Amino acid sequence: MSKYSESLMVMLGREPKKPQQFTPAADHIHTLKRVEKVDWEELKTHARAHRAQGQPWRNRRWSFLIGINLLFVVSYWFDIQILEGALTASRLLGFHMIDVNSALQVMLAHKHIIVNLLIGTGTVVVLWFFFGGRTFCSWVCPYHLVAEWAEKLHVYLAQKKIVTDHTFNRGVRTVLWLIFGVLAWVTGYTVFETLSPTGILSRALIYGPGLALGWVALLLAFEIFYSRRGWCRYVCPIGLTYGFVGVFSPLRVKYDLSKCFHEGDCRKVCEVPHVLEIVKKGRAADAIMDTGADCTRCGACVDVCPSGALRFDIKGLHKLL
Amino acid sequence: MSTEKPQPTHPLINKRKLEDRRRFLRTLFLAGTAVGIPLLGLTPMARGWESRMRPPGALDEKDFLSSCIKCGQCVQVCPVSAIKLDDIGHGFGIGVPYIDSRTQACDFSCDAVQCILACPTGALAYEKPDFLLVRPGAALANKPILLAKEKSAEPTLNLKERTGLAKLVRPEKCLARQGKGIKGAARGPEFKGRMRFMEVDRWKPIPLRDHPYDLELCDLCVRTCPIKGAISLETVVENGVKIRTPVVHEPCVGCGVCEMVCPAEPAAIVVEARKTWEGA
Repeated sequence: MSKYSESLMVMLGREPKKPQQFTPAADHIHTLKRVEKVDWEELKTHARAHRAQGQPWRNRRWSFLIGINLLFVVSYWFDIQILEGALTASRLLGFHMIDVNSALQVMLAHKHIIVNLLIGTGTVVVLWFFFGGRTFCSWVCPYHLVAEWAEKLHVYLAQKKIVTDHTFNRGVRTVLWLIFGVLAWVTGYTVFETLSPTGILSRALIYGPGLALGWVALLLAFEIFYSRRGWCRYVCPIGLTYGFVGVFSPLRVKYDLSKCFHEGDCRKVCEVPHVLEIVKKGRAADAIMDTGADCTRCGACVDVCPSGALRFDIKGLHKLL
Repeated sequence: MSTEKPQPTHPLINKRKLEDRRRFLRTLFLAGTAVGIPLLGLTPMARGWESRMRPPGALDEKDFLSSCIKCGQCVQVCPVSAIKLDDIGHGFGIGVPYIDSRTQACDFSCDAVQCILACPTGALAYEKPDFLLVRPGAALANKPILLAKEKSAEPTLNLKERTGLAKLVRPEKCLARQGKGIKGAARGPEFKGRMRFMEVDRWKPIPLRDHPYDLELCDLCVRTCPIKGAISLETVVENGVKIRTPVVHEPCVGCGVCEMVCPAEPAAIVVEARKTWEGA
């Protein structure tokens, strides 16, 4: 249980703690890594030479993300009625699917819950529980995709020393999540929806562009020139809501301590590097760890890991098979 | 001469502490901006600076705004594309559906008020929960009878409240009152608005411009009104002269068809959003 509370606390904004206790297995591996006289350089070079090429998970993810957003668009434009509505609420083959954060805002603002809303939200909660909670962010959210491109630009400009990344206290997202909840309750209006780039982009794709896209452009400029992935990392309450959904999710990125060279490439590509604190030398409490609730399961670390220490995994699946 | 070591003029600046402080201030500013911007945008919305027509079955404005999830499913099912989603311009009502009757009115050509059926949150509802406000004059005396299905077993629209009320706001523009007729398309050859005409095709709305008229006296608002008994042309005596004038009656639900078809420019008759019936 402490594993889950740690992952929850880290998601809410606390910095990851150094583990107080190691399992015997982890302790053994940590010790071996310290004392064993092995030519690490040679092993690392070997691993790098033989690592999988390309970014298969990114390609899968982008295809899925673009595919699902296109499905919304074609369902409306060609009236094929597979996925109607927008990301805030939709019908998949007639079944209600309602975005958990939007539903939360509506429930707080309206203070009345109708059955369809409950069914749709419940379906999405169950679905994303199995698929990993914040998986929504990296596999569905259209803003995530454009933010990834903005991030590429930011990293390039940062290398050229044109911009620097300004970090914020991660706890601010939790505070904002609470504030937006209270605001919805007090004002009786879904306040966050007015600036949600997820909703704005989704509707712009389906119903045509509007002036609200200017706000999305501003956010992207903020991420490019001021703070890397600023919106997703420090503000977006949707991410936190889905994070809650996925705390106990079986779908995870699994970390295998014994395979890791502690080079830290994964942390450089990660949107939420605090979930990868465990890959630092001497930080994994167990021989097998998972990345925690705030992980968006985007698979960037899986793609970049030269030694196969980070893998997608479904908890308990090997027992079933 | 003092033997004391000279004190540094500035206490040693701890770079880490300084960065921490900067970060804290930055974070504070970020939070302030993220909360401030939507609140700023909320003002015109909450104050109702601009009154927008909502789709049929909409809850009372405040309840409607709080319960709408901004998914646009109502937009998708409307056969005449009467429903549009609001943008940033109108007090940040981003994604909230509205109807601009003059451009494209709701003519109930779906028969079943499908937008209500599509709404996942009950922002548009057939049956309002008891604790929600029904303003006096908003409730309809009877379920409105849809002329298009007057002869079917269930001729009514499942609506209990009006979304607005038609009103002859520019009587001086009204063709009927001037004794004028109408020849050709109601709104000219450029107008893109569509309507369902029972005598043309029950299920396929056609552009208004493809349905020309040739009338001695214009009565388009009466002729096209989809609701039974909502409007009629009456003879009145004004300044000693007998004239014909459109009169709105209690069954009017505020669909906006009369506003769309009115050949006068600007329209003589318009639908006022959320206006209630105060008696004839």
